[in-house]
Amino acid sequence: MGDILVVTEHLKGDFQDITFEMLGKAKELAGATGGKCLALVFGDMKNKASELGAADAVIAVGTETEYNPESYAAAVKAAVEAKSPSLTLVGSTSMGMDIAAPVATALGLPVVGYCCGISNEGDGFSFVSQQYGGKMNVVTNVSGAAVALVLAGSFPAEAGQTSGSPAVEDLAVSAGNGKVRFKKLIEPQGSDVDITQSEILVAVGRGIGSKDDIELAENLAEALKADVACSRAVVDAGWLPKTRQVGKSGLKVKPKVYIALGISGAPEHLEGMKSASTIIAINTDKNAPIFDVAHYGINADLFEVCEEMLEELE
Amino acid sequence: MKIIVPLKQVPDLVEDLEVDGSGKALDTDDIKFKLNEYDDHALEEALLLKEEGAATEVVVMAIDGDETDKMLYTALAKGADKAIKLTGDTPHDTHQLAQAFANAAKTEGCDLILAGVQSVDDRDGQLGPVLATYLGLPCISAVAGVKVQGSSVLVNKEYAGGMVAEFEMDLPGVLGIQAARQTPRYAPVSKVRQVQDSMSLATGSTGDLGAGAGSEIASMAPPEKSGSATMLDSAGDLLEILKEKGVI
Repeated sequence: MGDILVVTEHLKGDFQDITFEMLGKAKELAGATGGKCLALVFGDMKNKASELGAADAVIAVGTETEYNPESYAAAVKAAVEAKSPSLTLVGSTSMGMDIAAPVATALGLPVVGYCCGISNEGDGFSFVSQQYGGKMNVVTNVSGAAVALVLAGSFPAEAGQTSGSPAVEDLAVSAGNGKVRFKKLIEPQGSDVDITQSEILVAVGRGIGSKDDIELAENLAEALKADVACSRAVVDAGWLPKTRQVGKSGLKVKPKVYIALGISGAPEHLEGMKSASTIIAINTDKNAPIFDVAHYGINADLFEVCEEMLEELE
Repeated sequence: MKIIVPLKQVPDLVEDLEVDGSGKALDTDDIKFKLNEYDDHALEEALLLKEEGAATEVVVMAIDGDETDKMLYTALAKGADKAIKLTGDTPHDTHQLAQAFANAAKTEGCDLILAGVQSVDDRDGQLGPVLATYLGLPCISAVAGVKVQGSSVLVNKEYAGGMVAEFEMDLPGVLGIQAARQTPRYAPVSKVRQVQDSMSLATGSTGDLGAGAGSEIASMAPPEKSGSATMLDSAGDLLEILKEKGVI
């Protein structure tokens, strides 16, 4: 079996957690298959190779340091062609989505999305993908080389956080054709409330039904001295501002108590809140994935439960 | 400027999902399908671009199947100019779906393709990037906010933690839309009926679907319940827990 290549991810000069989560897993898989664990770094991130001690070797490509969908995909393709890894791990993130499928498709390799489990299986690998909003796990077995999109939070970052001095090898790649140009980073807007600092959060999802009903969550939050947060669907519907959004494209929160009202618990949402100390979920769907991460659950109508709580609190 | 929006239906997750007898696919007998929510956002963004004068034509396309006509007429009722129903071989994974849309997009011609950023069943990669690869076009995923400026677009790509990156992309190209600038519009049933009487669907071919994903589903099952949640019966029980945790 060949090597495992990890496509590192960085933002504003720091490797992101997903990088170490993938490195830890890659190291384990390489150990089992007798291959090497390789980390691909971009531009100036080469200077931080010592943070990638979990890798047996670091491959450095001289792209611009700032992420660019086009040039990064071209660089990853060149690295996969040069190193022929048996498995390439890419984050199932905003950036990874631009890279994995184009590289795999261009090279005629299978790509497996939403991976939360990977094991070696004979001459290849077996992947578990979270599908249908976390309601189904789908197993894909691939014999031969593949590219996988790894869901954040699936593997412990600690396993990949080893400093060291891995050998660094420069790999020349073409500059790409310049059809996509980075312009600037836009920082998140400030907000009256920073939900990442809140001790107690009352979070609402699609199940809240309408903008007018947000008030119920606000009333409950006030009674519990909590702040109101929400899932992506609520922001997209224009019911709450982006600064209140928890999840993959929103904020990561770690309150003492997280009360999820009408949130089904899609993987993108769980990514942002599953490390809360106590999670309480209220949902009418008894099979909602939120109940798998919750410590306490009520399978009931959120309006009834909230109104009853408010009455008793008064 | 002409925009194509490929549309697809996915199982409504409000329903209980079950695996069929093969152990490899969903039992589709009792589940409802609906438009992929991100495709709805892609359509909305396309319609907004047309309304502000940046685009001249919005074309939607979908693979023929149950409820496809209704989905396409609804898109016309919302303001799309043309709807194409693709018949022929039925794609069985995202790669084949992308190949069908790539074939149809080549025939139709366009400057920009807006695809939904992802769907709940795209096991073998997301549609937009695969489609872009087949067409040899640049692609940016997780886009929320598109501005047309001559022969390029200026887009906002969402990163984690609320961070956004602005990119410029030359046209033609493909964008994976995460969210439109406003909530997708709603087409009243009366309007859809009216459109059904006054407009017709164009037809096209899915064409040669190619080899597909290069991998098959080995098995499918609901995740094992961790069973960690203690189920409570009432609001009163919940308040007791909150007292225990020192919240109240």
